[in-house]
Amino acid sequence: MVESILVLTHADENGMLSQASLEGVTAGKDLSVGLGAPLVIGVVAVNGSLATSLGFGNARVLCVADEALAQSRYASDAAACEALCRAAHASIVIVAAGSRFTRVAAGVAFRLGGLIDTHITSINVSASGEGRSIEVTRSFYRQRIEAVLSRDARPWFLLIDAGTHAAFTGDGPVGEVEDVPVELPSLRTQVLGLRAPQQNALTIRPEAKLLLVAGAGWTKKQADGQTHAAEAGDLILGFLRNTGASLGSSKSLVDQGGDGGPVLPFLTHMNQIGQTGSMPRHAKGLSTCCHGEEPHVVGWRFIADRRAISLDPNCGWARGKADVVYVADAFKVMAKVNEKLAAANEANSAVAAPDRDFQRSQEVDAAVLV
Amino acid sequence: MTNELHIVVCAGIAPDPLQTLEPVTGATGPGLKNEMMLPAILDPWAASALFEAANLASRFPGSKVWLVSLGPKAKLQQVMMTVAQKAIFELVPIDAPIGGFADAHATAGALADAIAALPGLDREKLLIFGGWESATRGAGVTLQLVGERLGITDQFQGVDQIDLHDDGSFEVLERVEGGKHQVSRCIGAPAVLGWATGNLAEPRNNPQTGMANMRTIMPALQKAKLATLTANGLHYSSVSLPKQQRTTRVVKDRSPDEIAAEIVAWIGAN
Ligand SMILES: Cc1cc2nc3c(=O)[nH]c(=O)nc-3n(C[C@H](O)[C@H](O)[C@H](O)COP(=O)(O)OP(=O)(O)OC[C@H]3O[C@@H](n4cnc5c(N)ncnc54)[C@H](O)[C@@H]3O)c2cc1C
Repeated sequence: MVESILVLTHADENGMLSQASLEGVTAGKDLSVGLGAPLVIGVVAVNGSLATSLGFGNARVLCVADEALAQSRYASDAAACEALCRAAHASIVIVAAGSRFTRVAAGVAFRLGGLIDTHITSINVSASGEGRSIEVTRSFYRQRIEAVLSRDARPWFLLIDAGTHAAFTGDGPVGEVEDVPVELPSLRTQVLGLRAPQQNALTIRPEAKLLLVAGAGWTKKQADGQTHAAEAGDLILGFLRNTGASLGSSKSLVDQGGDGGPVLPFLTHMNQIGQTGSMPRHAKGLSTCCHGEEPHVVGWRFIADRRAISLDPNCGWARGKADVVYVADAFKVMAKVNEKLAAANEANSAVAAPDRDFQRSQEVDAAVLV
Repeated sequence: MTNELHIVVCAGIAPDPLQTLEPVTGATGPGLKNEMMLPAILDPWAASALFEAANLASRFPGSKVWLVSLGPKAKLQQVMMTVAQKAIFELVPIDAPIGGFADAHATAGALADAIAALPGLDREKLLIFGGWESATRGAGVTLQLVGERLGITDQFQGVDQIDLHDDGSFEVLERVEGGKHQVSRCIGAPAVLGWATGNLAEPRNNPQTGMANMRTIMPALQKAKLATLTANGLHYSSVSLPKQQRTTRVVKDRSPDEIAAEIVAWIGAN
C-alpha cells in the first residue's frame, strides 16, 4: 500500500503549536521516515504565521486560519480538520491527544470515510509481503490488556497518547505555507473560558515530576479512635507546597464528600486516579493511605517509579504494584518528610524547590479564570 | 419554550473492575477468559451519564430518558437488575457479542440506527449522553461517531456539569488539561455529551423504581434485535497482559524519621 501521512496540529492560546501538536509532528516524522512516505503538516490556527514559524524539513505545510478557530469547539474544529484532510489526501492521519483534538478526531475520520484508533502508545513499521505495514499498540480494559493491531482500511486516523513522543523542535528553515479555505457551519456553541475548580486550584499539575496520591486512610479513624482530616489536609498541602507535586486521589477518598464522611476540601473527582479517573504521566509516584486495589492502580500505568506508605503490609502495593512499600503511619512519616523538605528548601537545597505558584494560588485564590 | 428533554443515554456493560482479566484468542478474535461468567456492571462513566440524565429529566416535566445498551441479552438482563433500581428509563437493548475488542465504528453504527428508529423521539429536544470513554475498549470515539451519524455537531467530551437555562440553552463544563474545565454555552438541543464523573453520587437502590422499570425492561429484552458487528479491517496481532509485576521491597520496623529521610532522598534523586 502506498502511504502518505498527515499530522493534524493546532495553535495554542499563544498562537504557537500546542505541546500535543509538537508530539504529533514527531510521530509523523518518525513514521514518514519508517515508511519512506511523504509528510504533510496541517495547522489549525487563528493566524497561521506564528504557528507555522517552525521549519518542518521537507514536509508540505497546510494551514486553515480563521478567527473562530480561537475557540476549542467541535463544530469549527471538525470543519477545519476536515478541510485539511481533504486537501492533503493522506492515507494515515496522525493526531496527538489533547482535549481539543480528542473531541473531534473520530468525527473527522467519519466525515472522510475513514476509521480511527485511539490511545496509541507506539506506531511500528514492519516489512511485510508487499512492502511495509503499520502496527500500533494500545491498551484495552483501562490499561489492563495490551494489544498490537492494524487496519486495512484507509484513511486510518491514529490518535496518539500524550507523552509518548518527544516534542518536535524544528527542522531547517521555515518553508512555504499553503492556505486551505474552510467554510464553517453556523456556530451554536460559544466557549466562555476556562475554570479551575476552587477546591483544587493548582493541585493538578500534569508537568510535575512527582505524583502524590492520597487514599481514604487519611480520613479514617486512626489508632486513637479519632479521625484527623484537618491534620491530613495540612500534611498533604504542605507536601505539595514543598515539592510542587501533582495531587491524585483514590476514588474512595473523593467519594467521601458525597457520602457525608470527613472530607479534604481541596479534592474533587478531577484528582481521582484509576479506572474511572485519570492516568497521569509523572516520573515518580508516592501513594499514601491508599490500599492499591486494581481499579486504582490501573491509573498508575505510566508512572514508572512507585513508592507507597501504608499501615497494611498486605496492601495491593506490597503485592508487586510498587517498588517500595513503607509499612508505617503516613501521618508520622509525612510530618517528618515535610520537616525535612522545608529545612532543605530553607537551606536553598537542590533537593526540592518550594512551590511559589502554589503558595501564590493559596494567597490569591485565583479560582475562576473565565 | 419548554425544557422538555429527550435524553438518550448510550451505555455498555463492563466486567466488574475487581475481577482478574485474562486475554484469550478464540475463533472470532480476542476476548476475555470466561467473559460471559465474569460479573458485569454498567460501564462506570456511562453510568454517571445515566444518573445525570435521570436527574435532569426529573427537573423538567415531560422529559424522557432512554438507555440504549449493546451487549449479550443475558448479561444486559443481569446488569439491569441493579441499574433499574437507580433511575427511571426505557431500555433499548441491542443484542450483540460481549467485549471490548469489537470495532467501535460498528458499535456506533448499531447505536445510531437504534436511536434514529426510536418512536416519538424529537430531535429538537435530543441530548445524547454516554461515558466519554468505556471501561472496555476505552476508545472515546463511539459517541462522536453516533453524533456524526445523526448529524449532531455540538459535541462535548469529559463533561462534569450541564446547566440548562429557561430558553433551552445550556452551559457545559468539559474537562481539559491541568485539572481545569472549559465552559461553553450552546443554544440548545440537539447535542452530544460524553460524561466524566459528573457531580452526583450514585443513587441508592429503590426497589419501587426497579419494579416499575422491569415491567418494560423484560419485554424489551425479549424483543432485542440482534446486531452483527463488522470488524472494519481491524486485525489483532497480539493481545497480552502488560508486564506489570514488580519486585516490591517491603520496609517494616523503621522509624518515621528514617523512612522520611529515604523518601526525601528518593524525591531528590533523578
Ligand atoms: C466500577 C468501579 C470503578 C472504580 N474506579 C476506581 C478508580 O478510578 N480509582 C480508585 O482509586 N478506585 C476505584 N474504584 C474503587 C477501588 O476498588 C477501591 O475501593 C479504592 O481504590 C479504595 O481506595 P483506598 O485505597 O483509598 O481506600 P481503602 O481501601 O479504604 O484503603 C485505605 C488504606 O489506607 C491505609 N491507612 C489507613 N490509615 C493509615 C495511616 N495512618 N497510614 C498509612 N496507611 C493508612 C489502610 O491500611 C488501607 O490500606 C472503583 C471501584 C469500582 C467498583
